[in-house]
Amino acid sequence: MTSLELLTWARGPGLQAALVIFIIGMLIRVLEILLLGRKTDLSAARAGKMGPGLRTILSRSLPVGGNWKQHLSGYLWHIGFIVVLLFYAPHIQLFKEGFNIAWPALPTSLIDIITIVTMAALVFSLFLRFTDPVRRMLSTAGDYFAWLVTFIPVATGYMAFHNVGPDYTAVLALHIMSVNLLLVVFPFTKLSHAVTFLFSRWYNGANAGRKGVRV
Amino acid sequence: MSESVDRAVNAMKEQIDAPIASYFSSCVHCGICADACLFYTETGDPQYTPIHKLDLMKRVWEREYTVSGRVRKWLGLNKSITEDDLSKWETLVYDSCTMCGRCSLYCPVGNDIVYMVRKMREAMVASGHAPEGLQHASKRSVEVGSPMGITTKTLEAQIKHAEKEAGMEVPLDKEGVDYLMLLSSAEIAQFHEIIPAVTRIFHEAGVSWTLSSETFEGTNSGIQIGSSDIARELVQRIVDGAQKLKVKYVISPECGHAYTALRWEGPNLIGKPYPFEVVHIIELLDQLRAEGRLKTEGKDDTRQTFHDPCQMVRRGGVMEQPRNLMNMVATDFVEMTDHSLMGWCCGGGGGVSANERAEPLRRKVFSKKRKQLEEIGVDRIVTACSNCRNMLEEGLEDNNMDEIEVVGLSEWLAEYLVTSSPKAAGDDS
Repeated sequence: MTSLELLTWARGPGLQAALVIFIIGMLIRVLEILLLGRKTDLSAARAGKMGPGLRTILSRSLPVGGNWKQHLSGYLWHIGFIVVLLFYAPHIQLFKEGFNIAWPALPTSLIDIITIVTMAALVFSLFLRFTDPVRRMLSTAGDYFAWLVTFIPVATGYMAFHNVGPDYTAVLALHIMSVNLLLVVFPFTKLSHAVTFLFSRWYNGANAGRKGVRV
Repeated sequence: MSESVDRAVNAMKEQIDAPIASYFSSCVHCGICADACLFYTETGDPQYTPIHKLDLMKRVWEREYTVSGRVRKWLGLNKSITEDDLSKWETLVYDSCTMCGRCSLYCPVGNDIVYMVRKMREAMVASGHAPEGLQHASKRSVEVGSPMGITTKTLEAQIKHAEKEAGMEVPLDKEGVDYLMLLSSAEIAQFHEIIPAVTRIFHEAGVSWTLSSETFEGTNSGIQIGSSDIARELVQRIVDGAQKLKVKYVISPECGHAYTALRWEGPNLIGKPYPFEVVHIIELLDQLRAEGRLKTEGKDDTRQTFHDPCQMVRRGGVMEQPRNLMNMVATDFVEMTDHSLMGWCCGGGGGVSANERAEPLRRKVFSKKRKQLEEIGVDRIVTACSNCRNMLEEGLEDNNMDEIEVVGLSEWLAEYLVTSSPKAAGDDS
């Protein structure tokens, strides 16, 4: 298989298959949660749960306590990752091809900087996992695996953009393959928090809210 | 797998519901919850990271309720839970967690960690891994009716004292009144000034109320140890007592977990809503204040603060009320840096104070409260939980800070009560 064939497969059938697994996998993940159900709370509510539940979904995006360096690196790479994913011109092109929707792109020079910041913040997050006693104790193989499958697409994308490596086509194929891998493992690792956080924040906020706890 | 491990795993499986599944699904092991927990901040020991205390439950969830976990189980890749694990986690979920719920406010993905600790304790009880101190307290609660072994006789003696002090009758076993007042064992045994205090306040405010010689204990060891069976039995006794006296309201005393037990868990334990309403004593006093029925005169100039009982405030939603009441009687009321929703636990909640094994650790982590108090330099701490009160007194003594006075909010208010009736001769303010 030549690198061009690999690239064609990766951004064609490969990506499609990965998306299907991602979507079905995430549906399973959500169903795993919802099907467990919960008992109706029979205690008399002091207040409504809708407002506090929805508010908590938003408000927990703001940091409470903890280590500011950790918060900062967390914000930087989450935001950077999403911005590069959604506002890099070739990515938008792909969305256009796939779903026939498009939007304005950010200048590539800016994307370049954001990518570097994202990688730096990701490396710092990994550094914290290795060095901070709490993070080190909590970390499992799954955490390092999740870090790796998140980092590779960013790094290979950066390499492709700067034409690092002997074969541009091969690097680009590798980039898209790593995205496919990310999509496939997403629902079956902690990465699924990107969707399930909506539920966890809701449950917590709604529970507190019905007790009249002002969250 | 041993039989007790089996029982623990089955109990965890039963406890895991949709919220818990969403919490474990969302946890990214960021460890931010550690900074919310006084057992971590005061010791620096990573094992006290709140989410780590639920590691066994997470393993069960992963193995039983996720596709990836089932695949791993099928491939034989799962780490199984051992008897040693249960023993280790017993100390983590009982000795180093007061169920204060601070971590539940820190978690970026919104995990209600203490909701899970409460349920994890059910599994610990099921497998015979509950601390001895809590087992004894629960046994006394079921057999004698009080975790401290308080009997009706003791209560009656305290009522007699109270009547002398208040100069009026303390209503006992009065049928058809509006409110049934519960007490905590510690109030009956140590902080009995509460009885004349509420007697006088209710008299002035025109509240129709009673104590009950059968149903007086508001605390619930079942909630602390994590046994729904025991908790249900204790709640049912209160429900029966309230129905017998045909009251409209039951007053939860100055005790944090008693409120959680009766107000929030109770109806779920007995499987139906109550035929009466539950109010916290502080909630009721603030309501009387708002209605103009609780009147005080004079204010105290001592620099003082309010210590938030976790179960009443962060987990119970009674937060502004004590502050309204404090402002009625204090000119120099200062808040600690972290207060209200973000208040720090006294260190002895959630059954920790009844667990002798946890005592050295509990006394150590009081350093958090000590630092908070040193920062604001007060001469009095007012609180609304007899357990907090005990813990504060003990902690202050340990740290040679016992010049700081610790009082309960209800009795503190009674000191400033406007007495209109000639019957209320006990006013000493």
